[in-house]
Amino acid sequence: MSPTTELRAVPTAAVPAPAERRFTLARYRDLSLVPVLLVLCVIGFAVSPAFLTSDNLLGVAQQATELSLLVLAQSLILISGRMDLSLESTIGVAPVIAVWLVLPDHGARFNGLGLFPDWAAIPLCLLVGAAIGAVNGFLILKLRLNGFIVTLGALTLLRGLQVAVSEGQSIVNVPGSFTYLGRASWLGVPAAIWICALLFLVTGSALAWLRHGRALYAIGGNSEAARAAGIRVDRVVWTVLILGSLIAAFAGILYTGHYGSISADQGNGWIFQVFAATVIGGVSLNGGRGTLFGALTGVLTLQLVVNVMTLAGVPPLWNQFLNGAIIIVALIISRFVSGEKQE
Amino acid sequence: MADPSPVRGPVVEADGISKRFGATVALSDARISVAPGESHALVGRNGAGKSTLVSILTGLQQPDTGTLRFEGEPAPSPGDTDAWRSKVACVYQRSTIIPGLTVAENLFLDRQSSGALRPISWKRLRHRASDLLAEYGVDVDPTARAEDLTVEQRQFVEIARALSFGARFIILDEPTAKLDARGIERLFDKLRALQRQGVAFLFISHHLQEVYELCSTVTVYRDARHIVTAPVAELDQQALVEAMTGESGRGTEPAWSVAGRAAADGTSLLDVSGLSLTGVYDDVTLTARAGEVVGLAGAAASGNVQLGETLAGLRRPRSGTVTVAGRPVRTGRVPDALAAGIGFVPEDRHIQGLVPERSVAENATLTVTDQLGPFGMVLPSRTRAFAERMIADLDIKTPGASASVSDLSGGNQQKVVIARALATEPHVLVAVRPTNGVDVKSKESLLGTVREVADSGRSALIVSDELDDLRVCDRVLVMFHGRVVTEFPHGWSDEQLVAAMEGMTGLNHTKESDVSHH
Repeated sequence: MSPTTELRAVPTAAVPAPAERRFTLARYRDLSLVPVLLVLCVIGFAVSPAFLTSDNLLGVAQQATELSLLVLAQSLILISGRMDLSLESTIGVAPVIAVWLVLPDHGARFNGLGLFPDWAAIPLCLLVGAAIGAVNGFLILKLRLNGFIVTLGALTLLRGLQVAVSEGQSIVNVPGSFTYLGRASWLGVPAAIWICALLFLVTGSALAWLRHGRALYAIGGNSEAARAAGIRVDRVVWTVLILGSLIAAFAGILYTGHYGSISADQGNGWIFQVFAATVIGGVSLNGGRGTLFGALTGVLTLQLVVNVMTLAGVPPLWNQFLNGAIIIVALIISRFVSGEKQE
Repeated sequence: MADPSPVRGPVVEADGISKRFGATVALSDARISVAPGESHALVGRNGAGKSTLVSILTGLQQPDTGTLRFEGEPAPSPGDTDAWRSKVACVYQRSTIIPGLTVAENLFLDRQSSGALRPISWKRLRHRASDLLAEYGVDVDPTARAEDLTVEQRQFVEIARALSFGARFIILDEPTAKLDARGIERLFDKLRALQRQGVAFLFISHHLQEVYELCSTVTVYRDARHIVTAPVAELDQQALVEAMTGESGRGTEPAWSVAGRAAADGTSLLDVSGLSLTGVYDDVTLTARAGEVVGLAGAAASGNVQLGETLAGLRRPRSGTVTVAGRPVRTGRVPDALAAGIGFVPEDRHIQGLVPERSVAENATLTVTDQLGPFGMVLPSRTRAFAERMIADLDIKTPGASASVSDLSGGNQQKVVIARALATEPHVLVAVRPTNGVDVKSKESLLGTVREVADSGRSALIVSDELDDLRVCDRVLVMFHGRVVTEFPHGWSDEQLVAAMEGMTGLNHTKESDVSHH
């Protein structure tokens, strides 16, 4: 599950001796949360015998899938030196629009337009996601608007669009294809977990072994140098923004299928967790650094803490406080493990 | 390895090259020709057209007129990056290394594998990188991260990368600017070794000493024109400096005059003793008296700008003392420097000098906000009154004290920076390149202001490499590679001063001082 760490695990016989120590630490910055995860597991085991059961662990993993997909998308965007705040709205608005276009225009609590057959729901949802990314990319790269504000605007706009289209209500009659992906179980493990793992594996491999994947690091590290090396910077970044929104829309499908409905505030406020998980996982906000494996450990850390606390009987009202605390503690840990400033 | 190089044309031959940017003529009928395996120097003062020539030779810009040939063949078409790279390699002043990636990946950026969908074999990439580095004798570990390399190692990596596209001609744009003396030596060894492999160089440097050390031929540009091309051996230092500066007399006579001032007997206001900043300058001692303008000249790597910034408290020196009007100053802290009476005009007004969207009044009073009202308040009326006095004193051309400082011309913006420095009524005014990027008329008036500061019984230190700035000084100290190497009283000639800044202290200077370690 850690394809992207391979290149740093290479033998370094030729490194000059004085530099050796720093190198070793820097190389494992993406693994800095692995000991934290292990400690959490030990604590969980000590706290409750229910922790180390496959039901509990699969439950945690299933709950982590949607967030981890957003983290995957945000990591790609951050590595190439940009950020996209609107992902948390895309996860809600894309399924809503798809469902609205597909559902029949009469006879249910929520009436759609019925323009497309039932099977088109998933392709439509992905298409909406891609379109959102394309528009963001157009505003940021062609009109040269500030990416932070553009995607902040998109966050609010898309959230508003979702509320308007769904008339502020939860949509409970979702297409079967959504429900299948969210609820099916393959070989005893929820399909969502399989899909999510596969996506991380494929994208992580692309980042590690494909030229276009490496181009993201080059662009995020020094876009002028990347341009000088012949990389089509704008085209690659645009592709990444579209891909990011596409993944977020897909996360929306899984989430909707899992819970069997689309609530009006689906994804609301997630962006803070997404950023937190990505950054404590070792992805730099300034671009050019980090791996998907690191980002994944970030998500798992956040989810495990909540799970362990719940098992330990800490009232759920404390969850938000604990989430904030763990973010700051994890930041401090990764700051000192990697030895690098996080400006 | 060895390139037999049979009868072949010059690796590059440019003739009759002209280039205009709007009204500015960047190059006018310029030419250059570099033979295979030759090390060719291109020298000229700022604005001589060197950078424009480099961008034309590397295909980044198209000349308006003229022909460009590589090894006898016409230059590749404009967008064909690969073809250009196979003809000419360039190591730019700004690093094009990506810090977070390994050396191997930096070397083969965007060509890590043969196809877009072909997975990268990191093992093969490391081997290719090792081979490439070994071919050019660069002792760098290909798995190291680029950010962990020294400046010198990064430069070697850039040279190896530039040459890996197959070019036998490489342009080095001020490669020594960020290196120390030993790094320069190692770079030169490397370049000589490459030369033996048949690689030709175009070497651009502000340090004439390096030209004599490394190059066989030198071309001088001045004011966008080609002046002379000659074997280095036939052009002595005097002739080279003359070719760079031109022999024409000076332009208009300034309003101020320096001659005939009795400054030497004033009390000393600034005493710097044994000041050292690691890796930048070493053991600098200087004095500025009341009524005196002292120049601190030096080229880019001389450390004079950093010394000025140290006096202002922006840098903390390793050792040494600064005394203003008899009172020692705690070094490395801006508030202490201000309180002690040092006013500072920074090098770049856009970066360190002005808050661009704010008003003239706010900018001019930034250093004295504690005097503008009781209990930490900043009263608009007092701010305006203070600013209006400054505007009148320094003759700042502005629609009013509340106008945005970005709307002013460069010269008037610079006056606002000087107003800010003078607002604290300092004993000593330290001005780094005070006429940076302003037109000729503003230049005169800015320098006149500095002169007036000294005439009113204070003292001024001008840190600059512009001869015009230094003409206003009663005496000029010259720094080279971190040391004060010589001193000129008023009345020096352009040739003397330029030669001293370029590190040639053997050229009829007035005072035998520390011998440069270069």
